[in-house]
Amino acid sequence: MKKIFSITLLAILLAAGGCKKDSAFLDIPPIQVIPNEVAFSDPALVLSILGDLYNRQVDFSGLDNGWSSFTDFSESFPSENGSAFFVQRTSWGYSEWNTWDYGYIRDLNLFIQRDSAATQLSAADKSRFLAEGRFLRANYYFEMAKRMGGVPLVTSPLTYDYKGDATYLQVPRAKESDIYDFVISEAEAIKNLLPADVNEKSRATRAAALAMESRAALYAASIAKYGAATPQVSLPGGEVGIPASMAAGYYTKALNAAKEIISIADGGNGTAGNYSLYKVLPDLSDNFAAIFLDKSSVNQEAIFVEDFKAGAGKTHGFTTNDQPFSLSDEGGDAGRLDPSLNLVEAFEKLDNTFAPIPTADGSGNPIYYTHPQDIFAGRDARLAGTVMTPFDDASPYRFKGGIVDIWAGYLLGDGSILTSDEAGHLKPLPNTTTPVKVVGKDGPVNGLELRTQTGFYIRKWLDPTVGSGRRGRGSDVAFIRYRYAELLLNAAEASFELGQTTTAAAFMNKVRSRAGLTIPLTPAQVTFDRIVHERRVELAFEGHILFDMKRWRLAHIVWDGTPTNLSDLKTNIGAAAKRSTQPWGLWPYHYYNPGNPNDGKWVFREVLPSLVTGVNRFQFGNYYSFINDNIRAANPKIVKQPNQ
Amino acid sequence: MKISFYSIILPACCAILFSCKKDNYKEPSSALSGKIVYKGEAINVENYQVPYQLYQFGFGKVGSIDGSFTQDGTYSALLFNGNYKLIIPNGQGPFKWKQLASGAPDSIAITLNGNQTLDLEVTPYYMIRTPTLTGGAGKVSALFKAEKIITDASAKNIERVSLYINKTQFVSGANNIAKIDLAGSAIADPNNISLSVTVPNITPQTYVYARIGLKIEGVEDLIFSPLQKITF
Repeated sequence: MKKIFSITLLAILLAAGGCKKDSAFLDIPPIQVIPNEVAFSDPALVLSILGDLYNRQVDFSGLDNGWSSFTDFSESFPSENGSAFFVQRTSWGYSEWNTWDYGYIRDLNLFIQRDSAATQLSAADKSRFLAEGRFLRANYYFEMAKRMGGVPLVTSPLTYDYKGDATYLQVPRAKESDIYDFVISEAEAIKNLLPADVNEKSRATRAAALAMESRAALYAASIAKYGAATPQVSLPGGEVGIPASMAAGYYTKALNAAKEIISIADGGNGTAGNYSLYKVLPDLSDNFAAIFLDKSSVNQEAIFVEDFKAGAGKTHGFTTNDQPFSLSDEGGDAGRLDPSLNLVEAFEKLDNTFAPIPTADGSGNPIYYTHPQDIFAGRDARLAGTVMTPFDDASPYRFKGGIVDIWAGYLLGDGSILTSDEAGHLKPLPNTTTPVKVVGKDGPVNGLELRTQTGFYIRKWLDPTVGSGRRGRGSDVAFIRYRYAELLLNAAEASFELGQTTTAAAFMNKVRSRAGLTIPLTPAQVTFDRIVHERRVELAFEGHILFDMKRWRLAHIVWDGTPTNLSDLKTNIGAAAKRSTQPWGLWPYHYYNPGNPNDGKWVFREVLPSLVTGVNRFQFGNYYSFINDNIRAANPKIVKQPNQ
Repeated sequence: MKISFYSIILPACCAILFSCKKDNYKEPSSALSGKIVYKGEAINVENYQVPYQLYQFGFGKVGSIDGSFTQDGTYSALLFNGNYKLIIPNGQGPFKWKQLASGAPDSIAITLNGNQTLDLEVTPYYMIRTPTLTGGAGKVSALFKAEKIITDASAKNIERVSLYINKTQFVSGANNIAKIDLAGSAIADPNNISLSVTVPNITPQTYVYARIGLKIEGVEDLIFSPLQKITF
């Protein structure tokens, strides 16, 4: 009896204990994953999710994309033997520059959806986060449009139903103009949800949205206008190519968006915050270089940046890779990105005229210079702000208190050259026995990597902070994605194309006077060539050149695959359609001819570095990057790019 | 000891036995070759610049087998036997390839079974007729006719004609030691175009290779005359 009782009791207890539902028993909150409701309840957590999305932005040139993302297009020479292919290839593959990251788009769409559904965030936080998500999504669609043309426009997270048929997820390509319209309308929709704060640079602000809108509208407008000249670069469905009739509308939008940042009747300080051109240092070249270095609140030019922080795990190796060899913090790590003479000679003279760097007089005799800097005298201050030239000893020194030791050898009285294949090498001069240095420590010597091979080093983005050139520390100079000067140039271009040349000249002269070009351009002097030129020199090495040349449909003309000779190089400077297919250099030589009045002076020679065996050849099929076969096999609705 | 010996030898034998079966395909061995022609006459283009694409269907993902034409307009591909489709993508070559009403390039169906020669008939915008290239006195001269083949609404003008010379057999706008251009607008008589280019000093070589190129407005690829070796 007792036994029965105890068995029954045990059975009852078991039954009662098992009453818990299976689902409740198995449903244990995970400890290593934060559920959506929790994540979107705390602004700090949302910001960390957003931080990842910010980090995944795609830039063409970027300080953390590696130095080589600034190379190519004959604007510079890569002085690293493993990268010589940049100047040895004779065409670009159709896949070059493509991007198709719908994983990122999905994450952005999920972020937008989850943020919209959040219940515990304050209304202000919620709307700002939402606007930032939409900004990043629009910015990436813009990036895709620049490279791929019209792409599938997906604005909500797609979910597969596991029924074996995925065709309902296959979205065809939108028209190219639809993508630009989307970017513009998103920017308009979110601009008032974002803070108008000039000191907020690495998160989206009202000015960042407007700057994106202005650039996108300008791209769309010029594709519409100049695309008319290349009807073969278009698709019948409008996935590539924008009708010419839409040009004026887009130019107006580009102008209005830029004006919203610039205004109080175009004198500056519009509704987006107190943005203005950076004018701080008395030396105009140093001032120009400082735009890219100054991260304090004094810098009201930078609008939207990718920021870095030394000692906190987010740094880049741009300075390590590109610092001058003789001033390097890191032994043999230096000198990779060498601006070309093609770019250097494009910086105009202070009287607003274009001229080659004068190496020879009218009858072809070399010009002897007392100081190597004399040959660059009287040029646009942005030259010395962008490029380090041989022996630039302007006070204070341009970079880390040093002078770059760039010279290629001794030119002797009989016309022969005494040099070496080793930088800084010592050899005796003729009729002497004491060995002296016959090549500068920075080269140039053909094929000698990590020293300049064009006679120039890059200065833009180069960090003068002590230790920034070391691999271990790295540099924390920020990459400026949008800045105020670009908006002035956007406004100038849009007004010019709309026939308002007076306004165009006014906008352009603001940028030019900051560079020491104090003689204003008259409205009649503002031409298409001037617009192209101004963007090339102001925005050099900022990731613009490819997309600018593409949207003006100049790429296949400027990079036409024909090798350049010396007279090509020295003529037509400042013309938009000037061919630039190979990066040239300018090598200084010390003249050694005792007894001659020119003894000890300097002569310069234009040199095509011997590694440059290829040409830049931009084909019609390069205008829009190849959509790879896997993508098109997975979604047959995707049409091919033209001319591929 | 015995057990461990068997435990090793048995799987080893199995592995040897089963691996006797061939586990690989034979490499493709059927050659498809030919050239681009207009009414039987070969069309010369720039080496490696005019592509063609072969498609084989029925194997899942669809991607093209890419190739390009050589200087004298020939192509060749080693393939497996089977059914293929061949196209020249739009906008490629100094000629018109047949198109469908939708604007997509028309394809040629090929049933490959062993080696096959297939010439591709196209309609060039222009043909370079009777090219006469001569050398002497440090110069190379050319005399030729430019015959307009396409004369309907899609006709295009000549942008320029060029005479290229090079030390090697690869002669084009990208590969030359000297060239001379004549703009299309400066051509007085298309039936009598003459060009002359000075040969730079290339001692000890006493000959050059020369070709005439004709650039058509709005078309990327040039049409060339056949390569000739010229002693100057």
